[in-house]
Amino acid sequence: MAGQDLRILIVGAGPAGLRAAELLAAAGCAPTLVDEAPRIGGQIYRQPPRVPGFARTAKELYGVGADRAKDLFVAFDRIRHKIDYRPSSLVHDLIDNRAIIASEGKSAEFAFDALILATGAMDRIAPTPGWTLPGVYSLGGAQIALKHQGCTIGSKVAFVGTGPLLLLTAYQYARAGVVPEVIVLPSRRLSFLAGSLSMLGTPAAAARGLRWLFGLRGRGVPILFGHRLERVLGDGQVAGIAVKNAAGKLREFACDAVALGYGLQSETQLADLAGLKFGFNAAQRQWLPESDAFGRAAGRQDVYLAGDGSGILGADAAEARGRLAAYALLSDRQIETGGYKPEEDIAIVSRWSRLQAALRRAFALPGDFYAQVPDHALLCRCESVQAGDYRGIAGLMGARELNRAKAYSRLGMGRCQGRLCGHAAAEILAGTLGVSLDSVGRLRCQPPVKPVTVGTVAERSS
Amino acid sequence: MNGPRLQRVADMDRQLIEIHIDGWQLSAMVGDTILVAMLTQRGLLRQKQEGEAAGAGFCLMGACQDCWVWLEDGRRVRACTTYVEPGLRIRTTWPDKIFAS
Repeated sequence: MAGQDLRILIVGAGPAGLRAAELLAAAGCAPTLVDEAPRIGGQIYRQPPRVPGFARTAKELYGVGADRAKDLFVAFDRIRHKIDYRPSSLVHDLIDNRAIIASEGKSAEFAFDALILATGAMDRIAPTPGWTLPGVYSLGGAQIALKHQGCTIGSKVAFVGTGPLLLLTAYQYARAGVVPEVIVLPSRRLSFLAGSLSMLGTPAAAARGLRWLFGLRGRGVPILFGHRLERVLGDGQVAGIAVKNAAGKLREFACDAVALGYGLQSETQLADLAGLKFGFNAAQRQWLPESDAFGRAAGRQDVYLAGDGSGILGADAAEARGRLAAYALLSDRQIETGGYKPEEDIAIVSRWSRLQAALRRAFALPGDFYAQVPDHALLCRCESVQAGDYRGIAGLMGARELNRAKAYSRLGMGRCQGRLCGHAAAEILAGTLGVSLDSVGRLRCQPPVKPVTVGTVAERSS
Repeated sequence: MNGPRLQRVADMDRQLIEIHIDGWQLSAMVGDTILVAMLTQRGLLRQKQEGEAAGAGFCLMGACQDCWVWLEDGRRVRACTTYVEPGLRIRTTWPDKIFAS
């Protein structure tokens, strides 16, 4: 089959999906690129709406990532007329080789010969008493408010969690004039130092992190390693946080907003609906769809994986992984890849894999982190399941696996479909049973992957 | 309790439009999401009621579904991914109309 007749569907217009589309277009294909957002870029290069008055430059929006963002946008402009780009559209189900795409209140079917999943990642959340109070936002959300809308989530903001995004977003808030009240990391200072030292092989990344850290310190922001969020204070909305160190000493900080995020997790729902083979990734502590180094998915000949949706390696690696997936797709079908050589991208991916390992060491959670979640903390906000109730289900009813526990507790049945609570639930279930995380399995995805109205499912556009 | 939650720090030179929340007229900026238009002027998107906790959103990326609000025509929308339009009429509680009709 010639390239132009091949029906290729790419899900996600972040760095991975865009680079895949670019290579496919260069090879003469006309892929369909479906993305939930109204503009390209993914969450990392999220753009403000195309409206007069959004005037910030790429440098102001993306900082050190500005050149990469601009390069990506230019690459997209070049291929825009060659591809079928569908913004504000959601692939909400996959049935065999058909994708069901919702857009403007209607659903359309798309039959594909090949599918590239570049579904990205979202914050990993851990529960704490008070985390559902109005004013607590996900860390990614805190950054999106700034990038996409020119807003901060409050005027006195506390940042709680782990990962480079925590320091980056806090730094961006400080630059925007909202200097964080405090930064709280459960990671121990020693593991942070050890992880940072092992990043000396990638000085640019290490320098970036140091710039955020010293930028915050220089503005007098308290950065508390080895502290956990004990509770979010406030009656009806956020008024402050209480944090505790390893010795049990409590401290309180007043604030009107909290940004919360313990690293990232891959969005794997569509990979699950595609029936792909999953394997447990011990470093990321998540079940992930398996693939070879080029993104060829295990379990299907016509599905390819790219970017953070199949393991968190970050935006720069995602671009490389997008090209690699497109290359695999083309070469599997004997289509000329326009002189593209994969060696450089393979090297980029392995470099970021090493860096990711160092970051995991730097931002490691203490071993008893989930065991310390108190019973009265709300674990599942959709279905109002407390951590203690969930532990009780594990103990009393013999639920030794997440889907069984879901049937007993409703955790994972709510409208977020376990995106916010699923990881913490797995950790708590495994911890209660005294078994390893992989042995409690993973929540099965049910279509639609996000809520759509019955009308949207029923109303078919041609 | 009902003071503004979000704070505008950039891109404020935009055209103003009028929207309605529970019948009250409010100004918003073109390009605002419903969430931003509301929470830069008040503390909550949704009032506490039967089957619904009070809410101000959480993930801001269309994943958690915690920012649903209602439009007067009965539609329910995600405030973080829906943009304001002139004359948009938003409700912070279940619209009675959809049950009355």
